[in-house]
Amino acid sequence: MALAVRKFDAVIVGAGGSGLRAALELSNAGLKVAVLSKVFPTRSHTVAAQGGVGAALGNMGEDSWHWHMYDTIKGSDWLGDQDAIEFMCRMAPEVVIELEHFGMPFDRNDDGTIYQRPFGGHSQNFGERPVQRSCCAADRTGHAMLHTLYQRNVLARTQFFVEWMALDLVRGADGTVLGVTALEMETGETVLFQGKATLFATGGAGRIFSSSTNAFINTGDGLGMAARAGIPLQDLEFWQFHPTGVAGAGVLITEGVRGEGGILLNRNGERFMERYAPTMKDLASRDVVSRAMATEIKEGRGAGEHADHILLKLDHLGPEVIDKRLPGIREIALKFANVDCARDPIPVVPTAHYQMGGIPTNYRGEVVVPAGGSSASVVPGLYAAGECGCASIHGANRLGTNSLTDLLVMGKSAGMSMAEYIRAQGGAHPALPAGAGDEALARLARLDGQKGGEDVSAIRDEIQRTMQAHCGVFRFPDLLVQGVAKIRALGDRLARTEIKDKSKVFNTARVEALELENLYEVARATMVSAEARKETRGAHDREDFHARDDASWLKHTLWYREGDRLAYKPVNLKPLTVDSIEPKARVY
Amino acid sequence: MKESEAVRSRELQRLRWRSRRGLLELDIVLGRFWAECGEELDDSDAGGLAKLLAMPDNDLLDLVMGRRDCPDPALQPLLQRLKAA
Repeated sequence: MALAVRKFDAVIVGAGGSGLRAALELSNAGLKVAVLSKVFPTRSHTVAAQGGVGAALGNMGEDSWHWHMYDTIKGSDWLGDQDAIEFMCRMAPEVVIELEHFGMPFDRNDDGTIYQRPFGGHSQNFGERPVQRSCCAADRTGHAMLHTLYQRNVLARTQFFVEWMALDLVRGADGTVLGVTALEMETGETVLFQGKATLFATGGAGRIFSSSTNAFINTGDGLGMAARAGIPLQDLEFWQFHPTGVAGAGVLITEGVRGEGGILLNRNGERFMERYAPTMKDLASRDVVSRAMATEIKEGRGAGEHADHILLKLDHLGPEVIDKRLPGIREIALKFANVDCARDPIPVVPTAHYQMGGIPTNYRGEVVVPAGGSSASVVPGLYAAGECGCASIHGANRLGTNSLTDLLVMGKSAGMSMAEYIRAQGGAHPALPAGAGDEALARLARLDGQKGGEDVSAIRDEIQRTMQAHCGVFRFPDLLVQGVAKIRALGDRLARTEIKDKSKVFNTARVEALELENLYEVARATMVSAEARKETRGAHDREDFHARDDASWLKHTLWYREGDRLAYKPVNLKPLTVDSIEPKARVY
Repeated sequence: MKESEAVRSRELQRLRWRSRRGLLELDIVLGRFWAECGEELDDSDAGGLAKLLAMPDNDLLDLVMGRRDCPDPALQPLLQRLKAA
C-alpha cells in the first residue's frame, strides 16, 4: 500500500522547548515547517521545568560565559565535549535576550534587567564563589517558555500536527534521512512526512525506571526511532536521580524536608545515615544519600512488603512546623503516598529525573556517527536537540538550569543548521525509495494481527522494575550482569505484544504499545552501557569501581541496537577558542 | 452501536488521550480518575472534563491540589471526583 506523502522543508518531531525553538528559527527563515507532537505543544514535559535558564548575563554581579563553561565541564565530570559546552555558554545570553524580546515574562530587578537566582554548582572565577546565573519566571519558567515559543510559532506560520505520533525514520539508499512516518491518533491513518531536514526533539525517556519524575509521554520515541534505523545511542548509562521521590509514584519530595530535620529510616527503623555519614548524616550530599539508600535496599533492609523503599520520617517535627516550613508537603504525601506525614513516614526511593545521553550530535545539532574513519560523520538530513540529543554538553552529569539553556541553544543551533542544509538542496524533494515507510507499516500490522500475545502494561512494568532494581542510582556488578540478561530476555516478549482494542480512533492502547517499543530500546541501551563502563563518573556510580578512571574511560559510549554492540569515541577536550579545561578531581 | 454512541465513545477516547499531560502529578491523578470513573462518565461529564483538560497543566494542578478555587462552579462536582481519585 502506498502511503500518503506530505512534503515540507523541515519536519520536527516533538514540540517541547527545543522543537519549538528550532521550528521558530526555520519558519522565520521563510521555510515550510511541520511540527509533530503527541500532545498539545504547551503540555510538553518542558512545562515541568521550574529552576530557570542558566546564562552569564552578569545582572547580579560579575559573570562570564567562560566561568559558566568551567562549571558545566566540572559538572559533567569531564565527559562533556568542550567545543559544545563553549558554544552553549557563549550563546546562552543571546538566546535568553531573544526569548525576552519574544515576550517571555522573566522576573526582573528594580532596574528592569532580568533577575537571576542562585543555583548549585554555578560559580564566579572558576569555582571561587557562588554566582546568581539562573533566569526564571517565578516557578513556572518552563510553562512560560512553552507559551512564548508556541505563540511566536503561530505568528510565524509553523504548521502543527497535534496528536500525531512519529513511528520510524525514512532513509534513502545512501542513508540520507528523508523524513518520518507518523500515525494520526484521531483517524488511525499513517502518513509519510517528507522533509529536506528532520529534527528529533522528543525529550528524554525517564519512564524506563519505575520511579521517575518524568511525565508518561517521556518514552524516548526519537531514541527508539534512531536505534531502529541503525543509529547508535550515546552515553545512556548517565541518568540524573533525586534521592527522594515518592516510592511507586515518582513525585519529588523536596530535599528541604531533610534540611528541616526529616530523617531516613530502613525497615528496622534504623537511622542508617549515621553509619554512612557520621557527621552530616541525612544532610550529606545528594550522591552520598542516594548511595546509602540504594545499599540499604540491596542488602535487604528496605521497607515495605517488597523491601524496596526507604522511609522518610518527619512526624517528630510536629504538624505546625511541617505546615509552616514545608508548605504543600502534607498534601503531596497524602495524594501520592497516601500517608499523613504528620503521623507516618513517607515511602521514598531515589528517582530518575534527567537523561544525559541521547542521539549523538555535534554542537550544530547534526546527528553524527562513526563512519569512513571518522568518529563523528554527519548523517545527512538528521538533527537532534534537547534532552533526546547528546552534543555532549552535560557529559556524565548535568548542572542545574542547563537543561533549559541546552534546549534553547541547541534548538536554535539545529534550526540554523537545518535552514542552511535545506537551502543548499534547492527546490524539489528527492524521490522516495520503493517501500519507503514499510518498516512502520510492518510494525503496525504485526501489532494488529498478534494473537495470544503479551500484555503491554505487564512488559512495561517489568522493564521499569528491572531498570530500577538493577540499574538505579548506585550500581552493583552482580545486579548489572543479571539486569542485562533480564532486559535481553524481555525482547522476545516485546516482539509479541498484543492489544485487544483494534479500533482506529484515539486508540490509546495502540499508542502505548508503540511507545513501549521505543522505551525498550532506551532501557536496553542504558543497561548494556552501564554494565560495560567499569568506573564511577558523574551520575554513573559503581560499587566495584568507585573512582573515575580517565586512563581507561575518558570516552563516550555508543550503543548499537544490532547485537547490543558497544563502541567508544573520544571526548573532545578542545574548546572552540579558549584553552582546554584539563580533567581534575571533581570536588565542591 | 448507534451513531450518537459512537461519537460519544470517540470523544471519551480523545479525552482519555488528552489526560496525558506535561506534569507527572496530573498523569497520576487522571490515571486514577479514569480507572475509577471512566466507565460511568456521561455526556455532561465529558463536556466538563474537556474544559478542565484544556487548562494549562500548572493551573489544573493547582485546582487538583486544592491550592486554588475552581473559577467555574459548574465544574466543581467533576473536580471533586478528580480530587478524590
